[in-house]
Amino acid sequence: MSAQIDARLEKSAVEIAGDVCARRVSAVEVVESTLARIAAADGLLGSYLTVLSDSARAGAAAVDQRISRGEQLPLAGVPLAVKDNMCLDGTRTTCGSKILEHWIAPYTATAVARLIEAGAVPVGKTNCDEFAMGSSCENSALGVTRNPYDTARVPGGSSVGSASAVAAYEAALGLGSDTGGSIREPAAFCNLVGFKPTYGRVSRYGLVAFASSLDQIGPLTRTVRDAALAYDVMAGYDPMDATSINRPVEPTAGSLLDDLRGLRIGIVRDFDTKVLGDDLDGLYRKAYHDLERLGAQLVEVALPTADYGVPTYYLIAPAECSSNLARFDGVRYGLRVDGEDVRAMYDNTRAAGFGPEVKRRILIGTHALSSGYYDAYYVRAQKARTLIARDFERAFARCDLIACPAASCTAFEFAAKSDPYSMYLMDYYTIPMSLAGLPALSVPCGWSRPPGGSVPMPVGLQLCAPLFGERSLLGAAHAYEQATRHALARSPVADGAPA
Amino acid sequence: MTVAYEAVIGIECHVELRTATKMFCGCPNAFGGEPNTKICPVCLGMPGALPVPNARAIELIVTTGLAFGASIPAFSKFDRKNYFYPDMPKDYQISQYDMPLTAGGSVKYWLDDGAMKECRLTRIHLEEDTGKSTHAGSGDGRIAGSSYSLVDFNRAGVPLMECVSEPELTSPQEAIAYLESLRRTLLALDVSDVKMEEGSLRCDANVSVRPAGSAQLGTKTEIKNMNSFRSVERAIASEIERQIELLNSGGRIVQETRGWDEVNGVTHSMRSKEEAHDYRYFPDPDLVPLEIQPSDVTRLQASLPTLPWQRFERYTTEYGLAAKQATQLIDNRSLGAYFDSVVERSGNPQQSSNFVLGDLARLANETGVAVGDSGITAEHLAELIALVQSKRVNSKIAKALVERMWNGAGSPAAIVEREGLAQTSDRETIEPLVDQVLAAHPDVAANYRAGKQNVMGFLVGQVMKASGGKADPAVVNQLVRDKLS
Repeated sequence: MSAQIDARLEKSAVEIAGDVCARRVSAVEVVESTLARIAAADGLLGSYLTVLSDSARAGAAAVDQRISRGEQLPLAGVPLAVKDNMCLDGTRTTCGSKILEHWIAPYTATAVARLIEAGAVPVGKTNCDEFAMGSSCENSALGVTRNPYDTARVPGGSSVGSASAVAAYEAALGLGSDTGGSIREPAAFCNLVGFKPTYGRVSRYGLVAFASSLDQIGPLTRTVRDAALAYDVMAGYDPMDATSINRPVEPTAGSLLDDLRGLRIGIVRDFDTKVLGDDLDGLYRKAYHDLERLGAQLVEVALPTADYGVPTYYLIAPAECSSNLARFDGVRYGLRVDGEDVRAMYDNTRAAGFGPEVKRRILIGTHALSSGYYDAYYVRAQKARTLIARDFERAFARCDLIACPAASCTAFEFAAKSDPYSMYLMDYYTIPMSLAGLPALSVPCGWSRPPGGSVPMPVGLQLCAPLFGERSLLGAAHAYEQATRHALARSPVADGAPA
Repeated sequence: MTVAYEAVIGIECHVELRTATKMFCGCPNAFGGEPNTKICPVCLGMPGALPVPNARAIELIVTTGLAFGASIPAFSKFDRKNYFYPDMPKDYQISQYDMPLTAGGSVKYWLDDGAMKECRLTRIHLEEDTGKSTHAGSGDGRIAGSSYSLVDFNRAGVPLMECVSEPELTSPQEAIAYLESLRRTLLALDVSDVKMEEGSLRCDANVSVRPAGSAQLGTKTEIKNMNSFRSVERAIASEIERQIELLNSGGRIVQETRGWDEVNGVTHSMRSKEEAHDYRYFPDPDLVPLEIQPSDVTRLQASLPTLPWQRFERYTTEYGLAAKQATQLIDNRSLGAYFDSVVERSGNPQQSSNFVLGDLARLANETGVAVGDSGITAEHLAELIALVQSKRVNSKIAKALVERMWNGAGSPAAIVEREGLAQTSDRETIEPLVDQVLAAHPDVAANYRAGKQNVMGFLVGQVMKASGGKADPAVVNQLVRDKLS
């Protein structure tokens, strides 16, 4: 089936940029092929909420002009899929919500602007769980997105459209945001590299906030090298974001490793992979063994408070979201449903505009911050967050990186997880790193046939580094990827028909 | 039986800071303008936009705190105050809750009789202003009955200082004196233009009463909607009266917010404590905690000007000026600065004050030219004061000279020299003039001799006129008296 895909699109972002810079292919040709691919495949997959055909063609032509003037652009002509919670001037930015369904952003997010400046061409805005709250895209109010490896299954969440688009060659580079695992989980489900940098490394300016102290933009790519390159372009201080870190960025793409000699990799004692079933347990044991085979020294580390990650997260993130989402009130922009007076207008607008999961989190967060409960919930959660971060500090005194699962299962079928708490547990392995602000990624580590599944689905290995440890993190992930090449084992659905 | 009550008043002020840009974005901070022209994604609370604090605004708050002797904690932070309101773009206000930029301190203020008092401050903190709503269709601009509302966000995000006093003021007069002193200090620090009519100063008053001498505070009400110092004074007086009457008639004070009705001169209930918001304060995750460097505090402390209350003490205690004069000099910035430099040169505060608050204030008023921009320099006025002091010119000549100097006539000593205006006390010169006048007005002289003492002024005036104003009035007086006795 992959024969139907234009060979140019199967290349990595780095290769495409190299070809465009060397004028072996034009950015316009790459973008045209991509738009054709989207037209053929997206009816079934549903990666995109908005396809930017016109602006992508114009953007590609501008890139070709810059190349012809002799500019060297690291991402020349790379088709970029942007999660629809990031602003792009003049385009619809919905956050997967009815409340912003028709909102046109009046400015461009810093991270997106930096990628465009480096030659990337946004081809569309991708579907996501409403306001990035979810792990399956089932919380998007605007459409269904399917897993390109089995369209009966979810592609993960919440950066789902960017993941399915990159996996299905509808883009070479995907932009996601990760609050508790929203880049790493869909990467694991879609056979991709999904990378969440250190909190504060990539500007949040123009990323519609879910939980400000946790949100971080990062790439979804088919190779570690692509992720490293995108990170190098996006990372760095932004005077428009007071939480962005003003400290030089160590470039990563030029320092990828071929082996893991000299690295100590921590295996978390508290994350017993036996609970994931024999198949996944075997895969992770194999992955740890491969790390060792590549020269790493495995050490056992403890994260005793990691178990409190999910409850801690589900107080802090809703608390922040209850305040961040207050502005969607119908007064200035977005949906307005009129009422008797302004109070009724607020109620009607928010009742009609927000989906059930968003409402649930606003209620939880409002309660957690309210007078009389603040100390019991919000303050205690912050203390737990500090303890979790200290656990990581202690662990990193004994190792350079931590390896663990990226998700607690493979991609599941639509409607398989009906109660919210079982969905929240999907992020069990990714939330602790988010709470500690640490850089972490998911890299493909094999295939596992889910119970009752027709085909094997991808599995992700999570690697995590200390704060600002992006260079060794990406370096090690690259060595593992190149040695194992799990991602190449299967091609995604090419034309929408189940594989 | 009626009990004697005393009032307890606390004042909460909101002051817009004078900065080039808004608190969390680069939009200009300026009053007025076409609605919604000074706005951007940040101050409109657009999705994805983030606040970045204005360092100058933080400095201004620290400076203000230092001027009032407040302590400056090493750490501070911004919190979100959550409530829905259409002119608040994010439906939360970035403010400060439990770690304000300054703590404690006090405002020294003085009453009309010159008595110096002090009211402690609870805190001063920094926040952002909201937009402004205009309600249309109801005829009187009120929200009740209006058919729609318009919002102007030009003001949204302007840096706002909240300054909260302890409940220590005891009368409307003290409350006004406190506000005046606060206002003067903020002007002296150039922190704000503090204009109540433009909304750059807004204040609420917490008012309670208790039996005189009681140590326990009574139930308070918060008074809002006061738009001038005069209305603050009237509103507090009216509220004290209402509370005392209520208590005396067996009623009970309810803790509530009350609005001041300027037209009818009464306060009316707006909302009770039970209807108060739960603001769900929590640290703003978009902003990092503020660390205040000791070196910055030292620098700002060193840059403080002489404060109004310090000037008041100097003027009244050291210079012996009356409280009213001292206050006038402090409240008129250009006259006050001019006065200080004249005193420095003349060493005669009383004469300096007389000239500055008398002739110069009048001329400034008549011509619309600030004294600093007029032709009269502090050196020349000091020179004139020396001429008067040494009796080289009399007050009449001095007055005429001031007018000419205002228009740029230059050194008064030089004019006196050139035009021979020096006062003469020489009896030989003056006596013939006296004789001349008495001869010309025999009837007046007769009247005087008949006991009509009040014609003396006329005769002296005629002699002064004949001398071209140069005669020493004391000598003229003596000579006329001698001649008629």
